Amino acid sequence: MKSFLNYISEIFKGVWTLLIGMKVTAKYFFTPWKHVTQQYPENREKLFIAERFRGEVVMPHNENNEHACTGCGICELNCPNGSIEIITKSILTEEGKKKRIIDQHIYHLGMCTFCNLCVKTCPSDAIVMAQTFEHAYWDRTQLTKVLNKPGSKIMAGVKE
Amino acid sequence: MEFEKYDFTPITQSIHQALLESTTPLLTLIIEWTIIGVLYLLFVAVFGLFLVYAERKVCAAFQQRLGPMRVGPWGLLQTIADFIKLLMKELIQPKSVDSFLYNLAPFVVIIVPFLTISVIPFAPGLQALDFDIGIFFVTAVSSVGVIGVLLAGWASNNKYSLIGGMRSGAQIVSYELSVGLSLITMVILAGTMQISEIVLLQREGWFLFKGHIPAVIAFLVFIVAGTAETNRGPFDLAEAESELTAGFHTEYSGIKFAFFFLAEYINLFIVSAMAVIVFLGGWMPFHIGGWDGFNAIMDFIPGLVWFFMKVLGIIFLIMWFKWTFPRLRVDQILTLEWKYLLPINLFNILLMAFLVLMGWHW
Repeated sequence: MKSFLNYISEIFKGVWTLLIGMKVTAKYFFTPWKHVTQQYPENREKLFIAERFRGEVVMPHNENNEHACTGCGICELNCPNGSIEIITKSILTEEGKKKRIIDQHIYHLGMCTFCNLCVKTCPSDAIVMAQTFEHAYWDRTQLTKVLNKPGSKIMAGVKE
Repeated sequence: MEFEKYDFTPITQSIHQALLESTTPLLTLIIEWTIIGVLYLLFVAVFGLFLVYAERKVCAAFQQRLGPMRVGPWGLLQTIADFIKLLMKELIQPKSVDSFLYNLAPFVVIIVPFLTISVIPFAPGLQALDFDIGIFFVTAVSSVGVIGVLLAGWASNNKYSLIGGMRSGAQIVSYELSVGLSLITMVILAGTMQISEIVLLQREGWFLFKGHIPAVIAFLVFIVAGTAETNRGPFDLAEAESELTAGFHTEYSGIKFAFFFLAEYINLFIVSAMAVIVFLGGWMPFHIGGWDGFNAIMDFIPGLVWFFMKVLGIIFLIMWFKWTFPRLRVDQILTLEWKYLLPINLFNILLMAFLVLMGWHW
């Protein structure tokens, strides 16, 4: 008898919990203004992108074609899937000392997971996340980018 | 009765008479068959496309997303674009499959909804076939679909497809019982198997209300079993992509794959339509006894509109299930059917028979 009552109460309990679940999704269905997604931005003039949006890694240059990258390689070390390659070169400074500076900061967009670790760990804040969002190309080689512009040099006053 | 003003019988009869007068009886029959066939093909294609679109939008709304928005206004042309894509895809046939059975399976699956849909009354007088064993015909014909599923699983020359086919087959065969028994419960109440008769019997009140508690139980069982029989969530084991890669239709591509999905969506329509016909009065308007003004307004809405409103309501309910409940394991599916639904159903038949025997039913 007891097992029979258990059987009956199990049915009602099961139906009740299912109804609770349906109540939750019904609330989602009937509050369409709370949608978490938005339509693909066709209207570029009114487009608002959150500041923290991570599109791709870029290296800002100032008007004299100078950047803040010292070529220390910390971003390369911190990248979990190796999408950053730092190629350095040695130059002679005016005082006659040997100095290591950045030759090419290579960034593989196709391998990037947009984790932001490179930007966070950069000691001189040389790289930032840009807000661009259309990264489809016909050719895979175009996903490999050199971040420092040709002929650029390091800014004065960046601690090395 | 009030609903006679929207009766389609005069129109169909006048077409029939005009054809008879201009041609021979045999040619009339052939022309009428062709017209009905083309109409059903059109209906299945258009309604199938609409259901796929509706599913994607409803799913999106339940998950607080927008859903398709890109193709056409509100993404209305999305499913048409999908359909064109599926048509142009290459039909790949794996090596050493049983070629004949492999190609036959999608057609067996798609024929079933076409056969079943023929007995559904869309409006007064708008029914292709009106057997006096209508309900029996529906249950008998809809059980053919499982053969297509098993054929697809067997002929694919892939052990995972075979396992998927067996699992889907076991599921469909099990839940066929519950669907049949809950329909039998309502046949006991109605006292007839003729579908047009069942609809007409509900002119004073839908069976869901007239049949008291056993009708409500039968309705709930029918909805659960019908959801399972059409292989839809939360019973969509066949689509459990982490366990079986799409089950029995893994090896199908392009339009053959689309046939399986079209059949699923039309089966969804048929299950909803059967629920509406047997429990919610088919194309009958909603009436409340004594409220004559209210009833007159309800009568003003055509039967076709009533039918599709109710069917879409049930379809929405089943979609709601799919996007709310977690997917069941295969043992849970069989437990639900054999331990819960079937005993409840058998008891429910006794209850209904007792109710009818005592004359408490209307």
